[in-house]
Amino acid sequence: MFEYFYKYGSPRHFYDLSKMFVPWLGGICLILLIAGLTGGLVLAPPDYQQGEGFRIIYVHVPSAWMSLFIYMVMATAGATGLIWKVKVADALARASAPLGASFTFLALVTGSLWGKPMWGTWWVWDARLTSELILLFLYLGYMALQTAIDDRRTAARAGAILALVGVVNIPIIHYSVEWWHTLHQGPTITKLDAPSIHISMLVPLLIMALAFMFYYAAVVLLRARYEILENERNSAWVCELIEQRRG
Amino acid sequence: MQMFHNSTSTVLIAVLKRDLVIGLRHRSELFNPLVFFFIVVTMFVLALGPYETTLRQVAPAVIWVAALLASTLSLDMMFHSDLDDGSLEQFLLSPHPLIIIVVAKILAHWLLTAAPLIVAALFLGLMVYLPQTAIMPLLLTLLLGTPVLSLVGAVLAALTVGLRGSGILLTLLILPLYIPVLIFSVATVDNAAKGLAITGELYFLGAILVLAATLAPLATTSSLRIRLG
Repeated sequence: MFEYFYKYGSPRHFYDLSKMFVPWLGGICLILLIAGLTGGLVLAPPDYQQGEGFRIIYVHVPSAWMSLFIYMVMATAGATGLIWKVKVADALARASAPLGASFTFLALVTGSLWGKPMWGTWWVWDARLTSELILLFLYLGYMALQTAIDDRRTAARAGAILALVGVVNIPIIHYSVEWWHTLHQGPTITKLDAPSIHISMLVPLLIMALAFMFYYAAVVLLRARYEILENERNSAWVCELIEQRRG
Repeated sequence: MQMFHNSTSTVLIAVLKRDLVIGLRHRSELFNPLVFFFIVVTMFVLALGPYETTLRQVAPAVIWVAALLASTLSLDMMFHSDLDDGSLEQFLLSPHPLIIIVVAKILAHWLLTAAPLIVAALFLGLMVYLPQTAIMPLLLTLLLGTPVLSLVGAVLAALTVGLRGSGILLTLLILPLYIPVLIFSVATVDNAAKGLAITGELYFLGAILVLAATLAPLATTSSLRIRLG
């Protein structure tokens, strides 16, 4: 089993193998996206309180889920790279960060767009919004550290430590922010008491979440391929590849 | 065997003593965070106006944010001069466990930068009209909170040591991680000012301190190994 793991964990095999996976993952993502969007934007009935405005959740909620999920992937990949010295894991961690930051940003923007008609303001220091903002800071910090260290091997390992420190901190930050929020009963938000979501609304949401997952998988593999090319630019197989391209 | 046992504590004390002597000889590095602390609080007061009711309300927040910034400012120096004169590499090569050296350095950093802040906060609290009943809780939160800042800060100071523009990078990496300490500390002082119970928040701060003391030295040693390895 380990033999298998090491064989496909080597940058070269990963490079060849991922080439096959990317179009499939991208295709599945496209199909799910079309299904989820038709389900969410056309088939699902308007909400009885929020009207058509609720439909933004089909982008907002999956991005919020992805934002946290990608951080976990990043930390796991970082730890794998740190402990077993798997180079592919380093590339995956580095490739994940901008994607995670983008999803976090998307979640914040869609939350803000939803907040304007529903809460009456663009921004509310709601516990979840605040946690999401802090998560964005953590992603940006990770990316800043990656660009600051020139040696890519050191950058990957330093990033892994930072991501692990972040993972230990995220639950503490999350619960302290939640606690802080209940402490400061600021401007009273008429938070619409969310009734359990109807199945016709839930199914498109889950499809969209899956579509986002496949999108992430496709794009992270694509980005990791470029990371690997850059990391291994002095190795024989990459030089061979370049020779082949030049013909 | 006897010698081995002695050597660990000897190393700890030797590094601690060395860092304290260096710190005390570089007076400016010692006083700058302190002056910075005072200036930031003064800036807040100038921006908010000299009104006692307003100041009393924001006092815990202002003092704590200023303390966070002052402590962050001094973090950059923790490993920097050691890297410049090569002693950091000697630490890594020395036969003694690196973690002991790291613990000594964190302790020295706390004694040199945070301990003076705690004393200064006593006066600053009075200057921003913090109620008498909240002064002691403020000092308690600083006593529990600032070691966390030094501990968590050490990990990131080790990660960013010797990088271009490490000062601003360190600041934006570290401040999000300080959020729990900030929230619980300010809540403690706020509650004390209102005459409410504060033990719960203090226990939380204590728990964060224990967690940081357990994990941060380990993370700092591996960070140093990675950066200089």
